[in-house]
Amino acid sequence: MAAIEILGLEKTYSIGFWRKRPKHALRPLDLKVEEGEIFGFLGPNGAGKTTTLKLLMGLIFPTAGSARILGMAVDDPRMKAQIGFLPEQPYFYDYLTARELLEYYGQLSGVEAKQRWSRVNEVLQRVGLPDVGGVQLRKFSKGMLQRVGIAQAILHDPKVVFFDEPMSGLDPMGRREVRDLMAQLKVEGKTVFFSTHILSDAEALCDRVGIIHQGELRGVGAVADLTSSVHGKVEVVWQGTTVPPSLRALGAECHVTRDTVRAMLSEANQDAAIEALRRERLRLVSVTPVRTSLEDYYLQKLQPANATVGVGAKA
Amino acid sequence: MNSRIAHIASNTFREAVRDRVLYNLIVFALLMSAAAVVVGQISIDIERLVVINLGLTAVSLFGMVIAIFIGIGLVSKEIEKRTLYTVLSRPVRRWEFIVGKFFGLAGTLAVNTFFMAIGVFVALLYVSHRFQKQDGWVLVALYFIILQFLIITALTLFFSSFSSPLLSAVFAFSLFVIGSFAEDLRGFASMTQGTTRWLATGAAYLVPNFSALNIITSVAHSQPVSGQLVLYNSAYALVYTAMAICGAVLVFERRNLK
Repeated sequence: MAAIEILGLEKTYSIGFWRKRPKHALRPLDLKVEEGEIFGFLGPNGAGKTTTLKLLMGLIFPTAGSARILGMAVDDPRMKAQIGFLPEQPYFYDYLTARELLEYYGQLSGVEAKQRWSRVNEVLQRVGLPDVGGVQLRKFSKGMLQRVGIAQAILHDPKVVFFDEPMSGLDPMGRREVRDLMAQLKVEGKTVFFSTHILSDAEALCDRVGIIHQGELRGVGAVADLTSSVHGKVEVVWQGTTVPPSLRALGAECHVTRDTVRAMLSEANQDAAIEALRRERLRLVSVTPVRTSLEDYYLQKLQPANATVGVGAKA
Repeated sequence: MNSRIAHIASNTFREAVRDRVLYNLIVFALLMSAAAVVVGQISIDIERLVVINLGLTAVSLFGMVIAIFIGIGLVSKEIEKRTLYTVLSRPVRRWEFIVGKFFGLAGTLAVNTFFMAIGVFVALLYVSHRFQKQDGWVLVALYFIILQFLIITALTLFFSSFSSPLLSAVFAFSLFVIGSFAEDLRGFASMTQGTTRWLATGAAYLVPNFSALNIITSVAHSQPVSGQLVLYNSAYALVYTAMAICGAVLVFERRNLK
């Protein structure tokens, strides 16, 4: 069974005062996320990521289509007991302490009173806030609130966790900790669906990613596949500052930095280039195939349909 | 009561307490102390009447202001600050949220009224030196005031489920004022003819009849309150409140939380 199954989910708003016109926040979206997967939902600001998450959380209603989480409809309370959600830039009841807030959310999620205290301690520890449980949230920094947000999302040990921009507001150390936490959730068998526009986070964490732009899903794929596609080019690195003329004749683009030279050339000319370096008695350091980065794939998918860039990734 | 509703109600009550809503009690206590002392000096034989009139009117007005100004933010503030997102993404139904919020504010108002009632009785004791049998009717007047609070809280929740806090406050306050003259409106309706009569009668029965729930003057004059009035007013207030909450739920169930 898929953890998340989205079928033709669509959201259109009417905008304008006198003459209403439709604004497509989300065009028909079909997507399936398997159990135990970390799925990254990537796209620039205003692409439709948050709209999708709100539809999945039942906060807004679709114009068309449907979605099921753990095989249940998005308004089913039994399903909601098994999911966690961190909204973008979360704001909580600031008159409560972190512990009170988590206790309250534990009550609403049906965590038994006997377990609540220990669960709250556990998640506070897990998000790096073990000593501030008794502090009112109005005294928390943005990064601390983000951590509380993550704590409330995993408090009730959900099977599927939705994070909307989970790294937002965090310093590099905090981002690293959240990445580790998400990786740990996967180890625990949870499904993680998160939106971000920080590609390095997605590349480091995700099993698969989907790219959304202007409310339209532009591509979905496994990160391993997207980043292993070879351009048909190799990067040859050697010690020294000399560039043999025979190498230039092979069409290599060379960059000299201090005592090393990096040359980018066609994979077909790789053996000839190595031979040329050997003839000149230059010390070869490495020969590496050039791989498509997630960024290349992302940028390609953000292009208008008639202006695709030649990147060897498949959707 | 469903446990989620109870938790939401208790959190709403806690918010009101921590936002220092109950500080109004200090102002009320000062007002009642001053009134008791001043009235004791300037009134002859009507101290009791003045204290009951002033005390119950203050209880009613303080409560109405709290009901309207907290009520208008009960839903809109949660949407604006997005605190609702982490509540509704849990196994909480939208109607449970609305009902929980209602009970939370109603509970706040009941506690507030309880302490104010103590203030009224202390002032009464100060000016009369002893309680009289007819002072018991003050409790009935206080009960009717609480019924008014339930109606205005439900109406404010209803308005705040679809409009801005400012408009909700205007609507609720207008209904409070019009409702306070509901009997006059019904009298006016009976004197008109044709379409005007239909419209005036419709309006008269649509607005909450706060004038029927206001027995402050008769209680101050030691007039008894019939059991039938208590029964009718209770039924009326509960039905009106339930209908307003149902309206709020119906609107909120369909609302997109942008």
